[in-house]
Amino acid sequence: MNDTGRVSAGWWLLILPAFLLLVAFYIAPILQVLAISFTDPEPGLGNYERIFTSGSVQRVIMTTLRICLITTALSLLLGYAIAYAITLASPRAKGWWLLAVLVPLWISVLVRAFAWVTLLRRQGLVNNSLMGAGVISEPLPLVWNEFGIIVGMVHYMVPFAVLPMLSSMREIDPRLLAAARGLGASRWEVFRSVFLPLSKPGILAAAVLVFIFSLGFYITPAILGGGKTLMVAEWISLQILDLIRWGLGTMMATMLVVAILVTLAVFSRIVDLRRIFGSGG
Amino acid sequence: MDGTYPAGASRGLAWATALYLVLPILIVLPVALTDQRYLSLPEHGISFQHFRTVLTSPAWLGSIWQSFTIAVAATALSVSAGTLCAIGCWRISRRATDLVRVLMLLPLIIPSIVYAIGLYRYFGPLGLLDRFLGVVIAHGVTGIPYVIITVSTALAAFDPRLEQAARGMGASLSQTLRWVILPRIAPGIFSGAIFAFIHSWDELVMVLFIASRDVFTLPRRIWDGINENLDPAMAAVAVLLIFFTLLLLLADRALRRRNEG
Repeated sequence: MNDTGRVSAGWWLLILPAFLLLVAFYIAPILQVLAISFTDPEPGLGNYERIFTSGSVQRVIMTTLRICLITTALSLLLGYAIAYAITLASPRAKGWWLLAVLVPLWISVLVRAFAWVTLLRRQGLVNNSLMGAGVISEPLPLVWNEFGIIVGMVHYMVPFAVLPMLSSMREIDPRLLAAARGLGASRWEVFRSVFLPLSKPGILAAAVLVFIFSLGFYITPAILGGGKTLMVAEWISLQILDLIRWGLGTMMATMLVVAILVTLAVFSRIVDLRRIFGSGG
Repeated sequence: MDGTYPAGASRGLAWATALYLVLPILIVLPVALTDQRYLSLPEHGISFQHFRTVLTSPAWLGSIWQSFTIAVAATALSVSAGTLCAIGCWRISRRATDLVRVLMLLPLIIPSIVYAIGLYRYFGPLGLLDRFLGVVIAHGVTGIPYVIITVSTALAAFDPRLEQAARGMGASLSQTLRWVILPRIAPGIFSGAIFAFIHSWDELVMVLFIASRDVFTLPRRIWDGINENLDPAMAAVAVLLIFFTLLLLLADRALRRRNEG
């Protein structure tokens, strides 16, 4: 018995380096900066009061929520179509579909935002070819507005939507579909009353994942929004780097973290979080 | 309505989505090969002048080298801490390590902007702002979750009785690690290393806050390029980055296949 006690202390030691690194260089900086929201410029809840009194704070929150909800809905729709196609595809085709999902996932987010700017700006490839073809006479405002942000964000989020949905679709027993078909259901009915309900856990997991990732997204909205449409992450950066208003910036950062943790806590009852973050446990 | 219609419509949507995912990324290739001096498709022929501009520019090469060394050092940190932690969590009972596991996933959940402003404040008194070491710590710590996930996946397929047998025959903890556990989970560690490397190599938000002049990584230079002068050299950089990422992913896939086959 004594021996197992010693062994287990050895295993705990293995955890120690990562634990200490995370506490000293991750948790501590975050807690320290979030605390500033209660002390700067003066101790109290003054910064939080701004949520109810300041038009600009309310505007940035509403913009962020609106963009995140639209992004989540579109990513789920497009992601579902892809995940469905992958599930139905032959093993050979499956590999190609997966490649189309996974390669964008690992390409630098900056490269992707740059590609969208190249395509969507006033003299961009889309406007130029549409004008060359005589479809439009004036360039369309495709970027540096909310439309551009959503195009870029959905592009980033679709792979994150596909993966959880795919793993839940894989667990659906194909014999159930065959049985429903054999009992006389049309393909559409099979999909609607068998496949879709069974894939619901994956849809929910994907929705949570895409929504929380979208909330704090910085790079793509900053590049494709062109400084005119502000989401919270860019707004925080503006408060701190340009306006040196630490209190307001950290208040919004705290709200962001709280919003994400609350979303996760609410849905962790319904959704298996391990499905979201891979087989981490 | 025809019975096959939904399948057809969803298939069309799936194809459209796949094109939407892939085409915009491919478009940077012809733009990088343009013979013009502004962002456009090639008009009279292809030209490699923009690749030449990038590959002979001390500024771009300096940033590439800096990003590379930071990523290597950060990966070393993530892989060593993450692998040991994953093994520890795997061996100790599940409930006791639940808190540790949740803690280790936090960097994936909490937006980097929040961490970045935290570091901006925290690194000042420590003298780590605009330092190589500061960026390595930031990237290394946030890379740990990737390693933990891939190594835990590898460990899930590992028979714990092998470890017990080794210990039963008198191997010490470090011998068991070195000769029994690590060789078995090497592919998982390697995957984790690749993901941690890409994480650091692409990371921008933290760098925007904790580095300014002495440390000027590749993503930082691309960011400045996008915001200040959009020229075809940027497309050339994008193409180089895409090839580099694909190479890493292929290496990962090849290694996994060799281990499975």
